[in-house]
Amino acid sequence: MSTPAAIEPEVASATSAAPAARAVPRLSRWSRSGLLGLVVLAFWFFIAAAGPWLLPHSATDMGAAGVFEAVSFTHPFGTDYLGRDMLSRIMDGARYTIGVALIATLLACAAGTLLGLLAAVNGGWFDAALSRLLDTVVSIPSKMLALVIVAAFGSSVTLLVAMAAIVYTPGCYRIIRSLAVNINAMDYVTVARTRGEGRAYIMVREILPNITGPLLADMGLRFVYVVRLLASLSFLGLGIQPPAADWGSLVRENLGALAMGGASVIAPALAIATLTIAVNLVIDNLPGTAQAARDDH
Amino acid sequence: MNLLLLRLIAGRLVMGLVSLLAVSVVVFTITGLLPGDAAQEQLGQDATPEALAALRQQMGLTQSGPERYLQWLSGSVQGNPGKSTVSGAPVADLIGSRLPNSLLLAGFTAAISVPLALVLGILCALWRGSWFDRAASMGAVAVVSVPEFLVATLAVLIFAVHLRWLPALSSSADVSSFGHMLKSFAMPVLSLACVIVAQMMRMTRAAVIDQLRAAYIEMVKLKGATPARMVLAHALPNAVGPIANAVALSLSYLLGGVIIVEVIFNYPGIAKLMVDAVAQRDMPLVQACAMIFCAAYLILVTVADLCSIVANPRLRHQ
Repeated sequence: MSTPAAIEPEVASATSAAPAARAVPRLSRWSRSGLLGLVVLAFWFFIAAAGPWLLPHSATDMGAAGVFEAVSFTHPFGTDYLGRDMLSRIMDGARYTIGVALIATLLACAAGTLLGLLAAVNGGWFDAALSRLLDTVVSIPSKMLALVIVAAFGSSVTLLVAMAAIVYTPGCYRIIRSLAVNINAMDYVTVARTRGEGRAYIMVREILPNITGPLLADMGLRFVYVVRLLASLSFLGLGIQPPAADWGSLVRENLGALAMGGASVIAPALAIATLTIAVNLVIDNLPGTAQAARDDH
Repeated sequence: MNLLLLRLIAGRLVMGLVSLLAVSVVVFTITGLLPGDAAQEQLGQDATPEALAALRQQMGLTQSGPERYLQWLSGSVQGNPGKSTVSGAPVADLIGSRLPNSLLLAGFTAAISVPLALVLGILCALWRGSWFDRAASMGAVAVVSVPEFLVATLAVLIFAVHLRWLPALSSSADVSSFGHMLKSFAMPVLSLACVIVAQMMRMTRAAVIDQLRAAYIEMVKLKGATPARMVLAHALPNAVGPIANAVALSLSYLLGGVIIVEVIFNYPGIAKLMVDAVAQRDMPLVQACAMIFCAAYLILVTVADLCSIVANPRLRHQ
């Protein structure tokens, strides 16, 4: 049974990226849109890491200001449905949106890479069984799988991380496995094998260095998927639970502000949009890939 | 040759069914077997052991996992997936009253999005590199890379709040006339269509442009055909397979979008039913809704595959 590669069509663009000479290219080789993406991305990661110490107001204090206040000097993004400062809420929410997604992405990619390499090097029944199992998981739409897992186990932060990692491991596995199978057939791997190197050596020293480019691009794409999935869950009220709030919950909480112009809805929405679009810009403009070459002229 | 084609199609259909069966095992394992004792959950911590034992017996929890799975499966196939643990109503009735609404929403959206996306995608391929292509592609990338609920929220802000064209909330219950129905439908359909059109347009454009790289297009160019003739008369007929594939795959994005849109507009469809069931941990209802969505997804993916098999003779020899 070969589940069609087209099930997750977006995945295709990660595989089509040819391996770059260096995994992370020098700054001077980035195109303008790529640099823009990098800057926005760096900004949000900085906010996520340093946010709690930079808050202009308390993210939970609802005493001082009115509800759904308009944009002002003291409240650059207005206030939310309980009178809390939106800018502080967003800076605080960055920790959840970016932190949780980042950990989940790293877990998914680590698990997917490990399993993919194991499947490629071992082959045989191990590869067949693992591929069939993960194919089944891929044929469940990601949002559906997330809802089912949340229904069964609730939505603590730990569970959300584990859930997102489980949902996106199979996609990473398929890409890594298909890349690794090709490299596994190369002469230099055969040479290493003849030399008597073990499987771990072949996986880590022979195959892994040759797939870092596509792996990084895939990681970026997967990060966007995870951000989208978790934000959507929070928007449905099934993700991060109050009083904590990621950007998805911020949009949900303040939907009532839509009728009044809605700075407190638009601001978190823009935060999500800038983050995901920035990652896409970075991936699409990775120097040395076919995509970048096409956009350059 | 036709026999071979039929065998391929039959094989693909069987494969779809096997996938669906495997998915049902995964769904049931996650919701039915892993979370622990459903009877305890339903009665709370201070239930008497007798009441617990009785409910376990009634819910069939005394049986082994595989037995429960088979029972659930045979019940579901016969249209009786059990009773809601929250309201006690049969799951089949709950779903039966909501499913038509969702199908109507999805059908409306597809009827609008497919032609629109095809025209936009083909125009982009025709005028590739032009400002029109750039603007449309940029817009599509932006829509595709943000979560669906942002697109829906933005649509409400523009069309309902600023322009005041349409009411923000919808419910197909209070529909008195056709015009009324169109109005209450418009916002959900519009937001959903934005998401689908962006996906489909991108894939259509890619499918047509892919054909333009073929050698026969070089020949057409050498013969001096106009770009419009090259795309419409030569590339397009050959891209029908990939485009049909793209359309079916993009429609699978309806499933994700419909969840968000039904919740945001409070639309009485099956996705709203499922989200509520998840919040209340109503497992039988969650299982049934999840299986309907997974089945719809697998059907669309299978149709997409069949389109490429039928349209591309080379795939028939694998």
